[in-house]
Amino acid sequence: MLQPLELTNLLSWLDTTLRDSMPVFWVLLIEFVLVAVALLAAYAILAIILIYAERKITAFFQARFGPNRVGIYGILQSIADVIKILLKEIIRINNVDRFLFFAAPFFMIVASMLTFGAIPFGKMLHAIDFNIGVLYVTAVSSLGIIGVLLAGWSSNNKYSMIGAMRSGAQFVSYELSAGFALMTIVVLTGTMSFSEMIAKQEFCWNIFNGHISSIIAFVIYLISGHAETNRGPFDLPEAESELTAGYHTEYSGLQFGFFYLAEYLNMFIIASIATTVFLGGWMPIQIPGLDGFNQVMWYIPSYAWFFGKTGVLIFLSLWVRWSFPRLRIDQLLNLEWKYLLPINLVNILIMVILVLAGLTLTDLFPVLAP
Amino acid sequence: MAEQIIFYILAALIAVFSVLAVTSKQIIRSATYLLFVLLGTAGLYLLLGYHYLFAVQIAVYAGGVMVLFIFAILLTNRPGENVKAERKDRRIAAGITSVAGLAFCGHIIYWNVNKAYTLLVPAEQKVQDIGLKLMGTEKYQYLLPFEFISVLLLACIVGAIMIARKR
Repeated sequence: MLQPLELTNLLSWLDTTLRDSMPVFWVLLIEFVLVAVALLAAYAILAIILIYAERKITAFFQARFGPNRVGIYGILQSIADVIKILLKEIIRINNVDRFLFFAAPFFMIVASMLTFGAIPFGKMLHAIDFNIGVLYVTAVSSLGIIGVLLAGWSSNNKYSMIGAMRSGAQFVSYELSAGFALMTIVVLTGTMSFSEMIAKQEFCWNIFNGHISSIIAFVIYLISGHAETNRGPFDLPEAESELTAGYHTEYSGLQFGFFYLAEYLNMFIIASIATTVFLGGWMPIQIPGLDGFNQVMWYIPSYAWFFGKTGVLIFLSLWVRWSFPRLRIDQLLNLEWKYLLPINLVNILIMVILVLAGLTLTDLFPVLAP
Repeated sequence: MAEQIIFYILAALIAVFSVLAVTSKQIIRSATYLLFVLLGTAGLYLLLGYHYLFAVQIAVYAGGVMVLFIFAILLTNRPGENVKAERKDRRIAAGITSVAGLAFCGHIIYWNVNKAYTLLVPAEQKVQDIGLKLMGTEKYQYLLPFEFISVLLLACIVGAIMIARKR
């Protein structure tokens, strides 16, 4: 297939020219630094875009204009906000545990950075391809909750404390569901590595491949992922009308910015993992046999497919956020422990039966197998 | 070369934070330092190429056990207060116990390190292999210990329910 806009040629050209002109150690060093810079830049830029998109979409949901003063349609609004937040004073608060207070935002941002690094953004745009990608992502993203708990405690403030405890309970519960939903797909594909998962979804996305079971797992993953990012209707830890702002009440300036960034990027990370695991990742839509159609689809570069699919899921998440009222804490925990978790466990069993009995779509129609 | 530098950095971090975890006066800070120790250990696994163990170390210890620790500490009376130093005879007893434990573990590790060098293969273990090893009943497969651990966990859960119901 012709892939004119793909970055693969550029990247391999860069690699070979570097290798021709200097020893391997320096090549690796330069490449590591380049990858790190690219990831950090992508992190920041994505956050800026997401914040603008969220504010604009939210405004349309609520029949307002949203940001419309800075630049056309307020496009430069988030950049102005970034400059503002960088210039703000970090207020020193008396009677807090200073070490933990300063460490907490870093836990959040490091956890989401580490997860961010393992996401396949496109063909060859994949920083770390672990053999156990799915497990790595669920493991590392669970570090963020420690940041929330420490922030809530070290702020020496009752509202922060209540917010942190709620967040902890919520995160620990919904982490289970998210993990199990991903495990269902691991059963289906027989691999935990993101690249192999994407390769297997060339003609048939996982969400169709495991039909009943996959769709249930997808819905559960979206619900629990949404809950893990602490966004409405699951935004009890922040609940501005009850707890002012929950665990980050006492933070100001860039420290608050870290929490804010991590929240938006976590939304993106959940959506991108759902894309990769259920919706074929960066793989274009292809139909076996229709070579002309497939060629047209491949003209659209893989990163565009990835960001397109992720964007749809993010829009879905915003839609949910502004459509449902906030849950009470008992409703929240009931939903997880009495409904999602039992459904999930049964769902894994169904998936095992589907795989063993050969009832998945790729088994039934071998033409769909890659 | 690079691996050695990373190893020494990780080792220094683990050592420093282990000492801090024991000597810190505030229990919540001890927990945080312990978390850094566990993360450092995960880093060692990553350095060795045991990615599965690395992910499990983070998921179970950093994500699970430490969150429970911090929760438990936050639910106790005054987590921020300084812990008082123990009586002198108790401190001596604790010192003797820890030295004895160190000697015992050190002995076992010292005599088994050579074996480990010959037996362990520095290659990435596939998750499928680990699963088969854990769930098989043949030689060098560990279904029985695996099930015993689940019974142990069940006992823990039953115990926790009993304690919680008393109130």
